[in-house]
Amino acid sequence: MNRKSLGLIALTLSLVLTGAGCKKKIGAVAPPAPPHKVEIAPKVEAPKLSRPTISSFTAEPSAIEKGNSSTLKWSVKDATKVTITPGVGEVTAMDGSRAVFPGSTTTYRLVAEGAGGTAESSATVTVSDPPPPPVVAPAKVKEDFTTLVSRELADVTFDYDKSDINENGRSVLTRNSDKLKAILADYPSNMLTIEGHCDERGSAEYNLGLGDRRALAAKDFLQQLGLGADRLRTVSYGKERPQCTDATEDCYQKNRRAHFSGN
Amino acid sequence: MKKKLLITLGVCALVGWAQESDFVGKLTGGVRPVIAVPDLRGSGGAQALMSVFNSTLYADLETSGSFKMAPKSNYPIQVPQRPQDFQKPAENAQPTGLWLTGWANPPVSANYLTFGYAAESNGQFVLYGWLYNVKQPDLTNAQMIGKTYLGSLNDVGARKVAHEFAADILKLFGVEGLYGSKIFFVSTRSGTKEIWSMDYDGQNEKQVTVYKTITTMPSVAPDGSRLAFTSYLSGLPQIIVHSAETNRILPFFNQQASMNSNLSFAPDGKRVIYSSSVGGYPNLYGADLNGGNIKRLTSGRFIDVEAKINPKTGSDVMFISGRGGPQQLYRMSIEGTDVERMSTGEGQVSNPSWHPNGAYVAFSWTMGFQPGNFNVFIMDVADRKFVQLTHGAGRNENPSWAPDGRHIAFASNRSGRMQIYSMLADGTQVRQLTSAGRNEMPVWSK
Repeated sequence: MNRKSLGLIALTLSLVLTGAGCKKKIGAVAPPAPPHKVEIAPKVEAPKLSRPTISSFTAEPSAIEKGNSSTLKWSVKDATKVTITPGVGEVTAMDGSRAVFPGSTTTYRLVAEGAGGTAESSATVTVSDPPPPPVVAPAKVKEDFTTLVSRELADVTFDYDKSDINENGRSVLTRNSDKLKAILADYPSNMLTIEGHCDERGSAEYNLGLGDRRALAAKDFLQQLGLGADRLRTVSYGKERPQCTDATEDCYQKNRRAHFSGN
Repeated sequence: MKKKLLITLGVCALVGWAQESDFVGKLTGGVRPVIAVPDLRGSGGAQALMSVFNSTLYADLETSGSFKMAPKSNYPIQVPQRPQDFQKPAENAQPTGLWLTGWANPPVSANYLTFGYAAESNGQFVLYGWLYNVKQPDLTNAQMIGKTYLGSLNDVGARKVAHEFAADILKLFGVEGLYGSKIFFVSTRSGTKEIWSMDYDGQNEKQVTVYKTITTMPSVAPDGSRLAFTSYLSGLPQIIVHSAETNRILPFFNQQASMNSNLSFAPDGKRVIYSSSVGGYPNLYGADLNGGNIKRLTSGRFIDVEAKINPKTGSDVMFISGRGGPQQLYRMSIEGTDVERMSTGEGQVSNPSWHPNGAYVAFSWTMGFQPGNFNVFIMDVADRKFVQLTHGAGRNENPSWAPDGRHIAFASNRSGRMQIYSMLADGTQVRQLTSAGRNEMPVWSK
């Protein structure tokens, strides 16, 4: 606070105090009497107690997009206290401005209080949402081939001790082949591995042969659907890598499968 | 020899399989003499090793199947430690353990007695061992063995000495002991399936392969010189051959196929047979020891695996095929001709193993049980009569004949996890040999 404003506060204070002492004289202001005649007259000349006036209170601009600012400007006279709500509070300048950042449409009220009463004015800032940013296509990050294969390609299941493709296997392989054509086109240097697996009931030795047949049957079917044999290889795991080990038909069925791997 | 074979398979099924067929009796020795094997004592540093020694000697004699073991609870209180401990009792006196009749008469009723003692001598474990025929009227002709055995002064030495003493006893009864024979098998204990070996009694387990990938289905040449197995070392199941002596890898040419497996060695040491999917279906191929000079033996839209060449004749082959439906046992000539089904067509059959004499075959079969619940059977190849040796639910697989032709190693999950067991060829004397990790596919080698 500078010296000037301190002086202003002192003056305002003295005016208020003086004014309080002279309440009765409001509205009937006598002309100054000669000093020697009027002993009761205040020694200091009383200020003119006029009602505050707001000559202007504006928001520029009055319409903004969310996130931008508007500037409140005001010009007030004869006020002792100027308050702007919401969000600004008391201001000291009679002629001032203040930038505001309303998040939504807001009506600002300016209240000027003075010895002669109060005055109010309002200014509205209309806030609109900015248009959404343009849709930017995400940068194409190439997914890991192994992950893609394991997510997109379903297992083909087989009947007990069988390696021919059943009804369900045909539909799974048909769906897989469409996806595979796209995947293999996107990844021209990768090979797809078809693993043959068996349930635990047959002997390990026989199941190694059965798993080989299952993987090959799935490969043959995919070739009939137009996939190139040079991109497909097969491996039998027999019953060496079961995905479950319960002695239930549910688990047996899960393990009788051709599984697709990007490894 | 007159055979009292079971009359029909139907009768077999009715009476169950406990009834022994004569060929099993022949294999396991028929009538067995009774032997008494009291615990021997040791002095000095040998003392602490006697429990290892005594249990090894007892187990060797018991599992040989050559003897009936006299129950220990019937033994006399006094036991001789040296020949001079025998004292002929006075006329009409009650015989004690210090005379032949003390063992030959009831309740022991033994034919033979082992006795002796062990001592520490020059830092070694020394056994003074005797075998007496206690049915003899006096000591003149009673002694059959009186011998000193030396071993290192530790468990290994005590075990070795016990094995040697037992082997000497068995030799007298025409039984080739198993001491020195080895069992190759597959174990998961290192994290992946690898080939391991152990002594015939489960001692001295050693890791043979360190390929750190699925390595399984071992087989051994009849002369014990080569070990073959199937490994995913290349990413695909392919055959690898090692020298059994040096454990070095030997050259073997695998056909360009997604699967080459189950190699079997011919007794001539020149040819092998294995299963390959090179033609689209796993069929059987013959080849030289190094994989060259390939000859296709079977051909068809079915699975042929586990070829086993007759170790005696080298001229016929047992194998497992799915050509007629569920996997069954078949036989063919070494040229791939004269294919005939050996099993009845019921259930699933796997894991054929030839008896060293080439006349019998052991295999596993689900007959009478749910798919997957295999039991061990043996068959007289000449007339296809068979006998069931294990009778549990669960899996009993991969029987493999011991070189003595009297024992069979097999894998079973009877205790929860797959472990390796040995038994006498009549299904008795079952003994668990492994316990660490999961263990399977034993192959008994010389």
